[in-house]
Amino acid sequence: MSSDATPGAPAAGRDLMSGAEPAVGSGKADPILRADGVRRSFGGLTAVDVDHLEVQRGTITALIGPNGAGKSTLFNVLTGFDRADAGEWTFQGRKFNGLAGHKVAQRGMVRTFQLTKALTRLTVLENMLLAAPGQRGERFFGAFGRWMWTGQEAANRERALELLARFKLDAKKDDIAGSLSGGQRKLLEMARSLMVEPAMVMLDEPMAGVNPALVQSLLEHITSLRDEGTTVLFVEHDMDVIMGISDWIVVLAQGQVIAEGRPADIRSNQQVIDAYLGAHHDEPDAGGAGDEGDRKEGQP
Amino acid sequence: MDIMTILALSLETAIGPIAAIYVLAAIGLNMHFGYTGLLNFGQVGFMLVGAYGVAVSVTTFGLPLSVGFVISLGCSAVLALILGIPTLRLRADYLAISTIAVAEVLRLVYRAEFARPVTGGVYGRNSFADAFYDANPLPAGSYGVGDVDFNAGELWLTLACWGLVALGLVMTALLMNSPWGRVIKGIREDEDAVRSLGKDAFTYKLQSLVFGGVFGGLAGAMIALNQQNIHPDQFMPQVTFYLWAMLLLGGVGTLWGPVVGPVIMWFLLTLFDETLRGMASMDVLPFLATSDSGPLRHALVGVVLMVLIVYRPQGLVGNRKEMLVNVK
Repeated sequence: MSSDATPGAPAAGRDLMSGAEPAVGSGKADPILRADGVRRSFGGLTAVDVDHLEVQRGTITALIGPNGAGKSTLFNVLTGFDRADAGEWTFQGRKFNGLAGHKVAQRGMVRTFQLTKALTRLTVLENMLLAAPGQRGERFFGAFGRWMWTGQEAANRERALELLARFKLDAKKDDIAGSLSGGQRKLLEMARSLMVEPAMVMLDEPMAGVNPALVQSLLEHITSLRDEGTTVLFVEHDMDVIMGISDWIVVLAQGQVIAEGRPADIRSNQQVIDAYLGAHHDEPDAGGAGDEGDRKEGQP
Repeated sequence: MDIMTILALSLETAIGPIAAIYVLAAIGLNMHFGYTGLLNFGQVGFMLVGAYGVAVSVTTFGLPLSVGFVISLGCSAVLALILGIPTLRLRADYLAISTIAVAEVLRLVYRAEFARPVTGGVYGRNSFADAFYDANPLPAGSYGVGDVDFNAGELWLTLACWGLVALGLVMTALLMNSPWGRVIKGIREDEDAVRSLGKDAFTYKLQSLVFGGVFGGLAGAMIALNQQNIHPDQFMPQVTFYLWAMLLLGGVGTLWGPVVGPVIMWFLLTLFDETLRGMASMDVLPFLATSDSGPLRHALVGVVLMVLIVYRPQGLVGNRKEMLVNVK
């Protein structure tokens, strides 16, 4: 795909970013997520140490960084799947630190996983229906009163079928999810997260292990999500993908935010290039710098 | 000893109260393991508190039998909460370790000398079931076809046990065909995925543990009624493992698996037992003493289970494709 053009409505998300400075911890016009001093360490290793981060509502924000930069840990911490050692964060103005994973999802922030978690022995449609929020038949005693939830179930089924059609999975609705290919599972996971009616989706490497043809359709789904008003925060490795669809990019290295900005800002940011390729990689005397050389070995 | 008598005896066991009691406990275990994926290796512990709930209420505290039943179900629900609250937030293995240990500790505590004023210690409790048999509406006499026959009391108990089985099956079917059941099956597949979709996996697992535990307790209460006396040492860990074998035989995670498994298993156990006994008494197998049939029948059942695992890993009523979906 071309690395500059944004598919779909090109300027929609970027306009929202017009007020933001391309600097670490910069303020956004209307942040949906605001995090302060988030820290998580494993033993002696500080995996995440983010001073200040804001995510603009209605945009696609990419979280990038070399392996081990702490992207997934930050994801886990923000979504309640891991405990932070310190820090506060709010989502849509509500305090979210210390909230359990399922409550985070109930309040509009839904995540996917790097290794897809399709519920393999449930059918595709059951996967979708499970995610619908506020089901009356989901309570133990409610389950016995079929008349109370059959109407709701039918409405959910209709919405699930619409979403499946949009993600071109409707032909597979009665197959068990375990029979889907890797790429189809990614699509299912994304469609399933939309069943929760989230204000923000957090996609952990949505393109990993997906064939190039499907990458294109996944990208279109992500941009159309944004165009419908859902905020997207995603972790990804493929630079073409990131530069192509992101409205804003946050670069993480060794647990810290080292740069933020529009794709063009990031592309020319020396610190980012250093973090990815090792410092001074273009300079002839690179091998001479002792500790810089060590860092270089640690990078991919 | 002719073959018809052996078959009739085996059939009588397979449809009798003991098989129905194992079906009840297996329904609970199926909710735990088959649907929710919880590893409960202490179902016998629930049966123990269920049996003693009835016996102790009636004998020690002089309460009516019906109240004893309610207490027995309450005890198994409380046991499920005690087991579940600390362990269900952790990985699956912690519940497995806790259940097997707690079931055995319970047996040792119930048989201990200090517990004797309440539980009767090693001597257990007896004569608490009269109210049940007094309430029998069936006229005295013999019921059955040919060699398969029950007296009025046995039939009354058998009907009560299978009635409870029917209740358990209806409840399971309603639950598992509801959104609640969908979440439960989702937890079996991947707990984190279910949490990421806004469902509180812990609460669901706890509900499942209580539901299955109450059916274990119900099985225990029916054991107490059937035997009219109980002692702690009949609640050994192997009861749990018989239940597991029966559930796997029938088909894990299916509605009818926990019914088919115990029925077939009890049929085979009795068939082997009686055949071996008959052969020993006729001196067909001179090396075999009559008392050897007990251990040997279990060896034969073991062979049957091995054959089953090789040729039908999904159990008798399971779905092979579903079973093998995660096996690559």
